[in-house]
Amino acid sequence: MESTGIVLDRDDLRRALVRIAHEIVEGNAAGDPLALVGIHTRGALMARRLRALIEELAGQPVPLGEVDITFYRDDVGSRPISDAPVVHSSHIDFPLEGTTVVLVDDVLYTGRTVRAAIDSLFDYGRPDRVQLAVLVDRGHRELPIRPDYVGKNLPTSRRQRVNVRLEETDGVDEIEIVTLQPLEAE
Amino acid sequence: MKHLLSIADLSRADIERVMTVAESFAEVVERDIKKVPTLRGRTVVNLFYEASTRTSSSFELAAKRLSADVVAVRSSGSSVDKGESLRDTIATLSAYDPAAIVIRAPWAGAADLVARQTSASVVNAGDGKHEHPSQALLDVYTLRRRMGSLDGASIWIVGDVLHSRVARSNIHAFTRMGAQVTVCGPPTLIPRGVESLGCEVRYDLDDVAVADVVYALRMQNERMGANHSFVPSLREYISNYQIDSRRLNPRQLLMHPGPVNRGVELSAEVIESPQALIVDQVAAGLVVRMAILYELLTGSGRDGTLAGAPTPTVEQPA
Repeated sequence: MESTGIVLDRDDLRRALVRIAHEIVEGNAAGDPLALVGIHTRGALMARRLRALIEELAGQPVPLGEVDITFYRDDVGSRPISDAPVVHSSHIDFPLEGTTVVLVDDVLYTGRTVRAAIDSLFDYGRPDRVQLAVLVDRGHRELPIRPDYVGKNLPTSRRQRVNVRLEETDGVDEIEIVTLQPLEAE
Repeated sequence: MKHLLSIADLSRADIERVMTVAESFAEVVERDIKKVPTLRGRTVVNLFYEASTRTSSSFELAAKRLSADVVAVRSSGSSVDKGESLRDTIATLSAYDPAAIVIRAPWAGAADLVARQTSASVVNAGDGKHEHPSQALLDVYTLRRRMGSLDGASIWIVGDVLHSRVARSNIHAFTRMGAQVTVCGPPTLIPRGVESLGCEVRYDLDDVAVADVVYALRMQNERMGANHSFVPSLREYISNYQIDSRRLNPRQLLMHPGPVNRGVELSAEVIESPQALIVDQVAAGLVVRMAILYELLTGSGRDGTLAGAPTPTVEQPA
């Protein structure tokens, strides 16, 4: 596995989002209530971009929300102290009853973040259906969770890290894979 | 943070972190389901040796909103009534393996003592005349919500400063957040050397108009027995130090830790006025106490202990 470096550039990333937007519109009957909920931080930014694309394609307004899953994590108290996540607020200011909610995140890895996000969603209401859109699926699932919409499948090793950078937070649109430890003789 | 024993041990960054977390809980308590599973399966013991309504109820609700199990122990009706020592009570309660013990006691240093005897996180909910750190944090939160920042604000703390743990904690917290603090009251109710905490001292309200915030303290009747009268008469105290609409101008904010002695430290009309933040303070108490429990129990924040407690055994599963 030697795919270290930039694996998706600005144009690739835009194409991936456009494709996901098309698939979401095709995957849901026209006129059915649809909402997007992004997972902090980059999932929320992606959801914002997807909404613009979907509203244009479908010609219907799509409510947008965001969730922070910090309070729903399953590793509270067991992670290293230096890892303390920054807590953000969640905002879902529309009723979930009767809607199809598409959860949006940048990277799908173990599935634990998505599990927490689904839990948090149900504290706001009872959506008819929950779907999952991710920019990158890097494998190594630890829970029975499968995405409905995937920008790109990237086979990775657990020693690698996938960095998604978005214009809004990082000044550039790109996805990079870095290997954390040098590969020693195995 | 392992324990919250006093504000004197906290840095500005510590206080700001609690504020940030509290702001995200403010969103949680506005939902239909005002509860998150963060502390599921963990136990919080509330041990109160003194009367308390808002502190004990808000700590209890805060723990429940975080999905913790709560055991409330009050001195009356428990073994404490039968003469059990604090040390023995803690040993007994520790058998339940609590994640946190919230303690209010009439003895200064009680929370410190408990922190040395248990592996749980300890929250000081008021220890004698020493400190009441969660009150100070919720007061900072309330003011930040209203004013944005405390930097450069003038805050007058008026009344019985001598017997007030709220005053002590708030002087530390307000000055750390950049405010100018003035304490004001009759000379008999101002502790000697209080200037060393970084505040000014006044004995009359003549210049109170310069304050942005007037923080009135409760006249602590129960701490003034017949043998030691700190003021010649309550009537004289009222005429010299009561905050009323004549002394409070409309651009000033008014705070009070509660419970209020109506007509003593505050006149009835200022309690009801829109500049009074007393109800905001109670609402802030819930989210700030959620943030305190979250900070102490989720392993976030900086490592180590506060208030000179010995290094405790922190449970850190690999």
